[in-house]
Amino acid sequence: MTKFWWKLLGIFFVLHSIIGGLLFEVPHLPILNESIRNLYFHVPMWFAMILIFLLSVIHSIRYLRTGNQLYDYKAVESINVGVFFGILGLTTGMIWANYTWGEPWSNDPKQNGSAITMLLYMAYLVLRSSIDEEQKRARISAVYNVFAFPVMIVLLFILPRMTDSLHPGNGGNPGFNSYDLDASMRGIFYPAVIGWILLAVWITQLRYRYRVVFDKLQ
Amino acid sequence: MARQAKVILYLIRKELLLEWRSRYAINGLLLYAIACVFICYLSFKRIDPLAWNALFWIILLFAAVNAVAKSFMLEKRERFLYYYQVAAPSAVILSKISYNALLMVLLSGICFFFYSVVLHNPVQDLPYYLLSIFVGAVSLSSVLTMVSGIAAKANNSATLMTVLSFPVMTPVLLLLIRLSKNAMDGLDRSVSTDELLALGAINAIVLAVSLVLFPYLWRD
Repeated sequence: MTKFWWKLLGIFFVLHSIIGGLLFEVPHLPILNESIRNLYFHVPMWFAMILIFLLSVIHSIRYLRTGNQLYDYKAVESINVGVFFGILGLTTGMIWANYTWGEPWSNDPKQNGSAITMLLYMAYLVLRSSIDEEQKRARISAVYNVFAFPVMIVLLFILPRMTDSLHPGNGGNPGFNSYDLDASMRGIFYPAVIGWILLAVWITQLRYRYRVVFDKLQ
Repeated sequence: MARQAKVILYLIRKELLLEWRSRYAINGLLLYAIACVFICYLSFKRIDPLAWNALFWIILLFAAVNAVAKSFMLEKRERFLYYYQVAAPSAVILSKISYNALLMVLLSGICFFFYSVVLHNPVQDLPYYLLSIFVGAVSLSSVLTMVSGIAAKANNSATLMTVLSFPVMTPVLLLLIRLSKNAMDGLDRSVSTDELLALGAINAIVLAVSLVLFPYLWRD
């Protein structure tokens, strides 16, 4: 119980966000209407992705400092999980945009930025598979990972702020802070973010352990 | 510090000398850029200003990838071992970035001249447009130099260079297109301050990260 309490917490929060997110009362705002519930599912994906990528950069820096192969495994598995969450974030966003904006892709700076972020990290995976020698692969992909991180920050946080975005809360659109009933929404949203982050960390941990065992058996 | 600067200058001179001796790479690049421009002219014939600007940067993007990709591929392993003995890694990467910036400024200048000769030039604020080209050449080379170093360590494949560099370059390219479009439309110069600041910040970050990471990259 002392070691796996956070996994139970993650499961509880995610279940809470699914049940509460679909059933509880939400404020009725123009444009958004009932689709506002997507906040509970779409936004936590990005929180989880960014945190997991941050963890992978930390592991890559630790690899470069120590040369310990295990850090490289942690970094690559973090990126695998981060890309997965990014794809989930893009998909949930596109389904939502199809109903709210009228089309799945509408040249929104945040959409474009996150799509390029996916390309950035998929390039990392391609780079890894192009190098055979294990140590060299670990070192060079760690260098690329650290190099890519500031680019991701620019893509997701700086460029969207330089132009108007269609996203709720940007460019005069109704957003999170303008809700009448925001207190009840926060009660589901914040636990959902924590729950999905914990779930992402858990998946990463499982994949990392699997990779270590797989490596030993070979 | 003074010694470091001397080493960097010496390395840049060495790059220029090597380039001048063979002249194969630089001529190839110029021909590549000019052929690109001409093919675009033949395919479009007439083009509206918005596409004119975007197309120019796309041509420069491909030219830049080709130009900078060479910077580490021509270096043999043995020569790197030699550099390792005589120069600090920061001097090597700084000299490469400066040399690539020089090359890109030259290349984009010639490209721009030829581009505006064949495809009618709609630019209204020419000095500011030239400034945006200069900033663009420097930014593209500073971002691409590190990527080419990474790609060169991984089997030198041209595909890998493109795959790695395109996503990394997109933020810079988007800002450059916005900056140069403002200059093309002849907007007030204060409108573009944000873009210039952002480009400067990106360059500073890229330079700092390259200086920190390059030592890990080049030692085998």
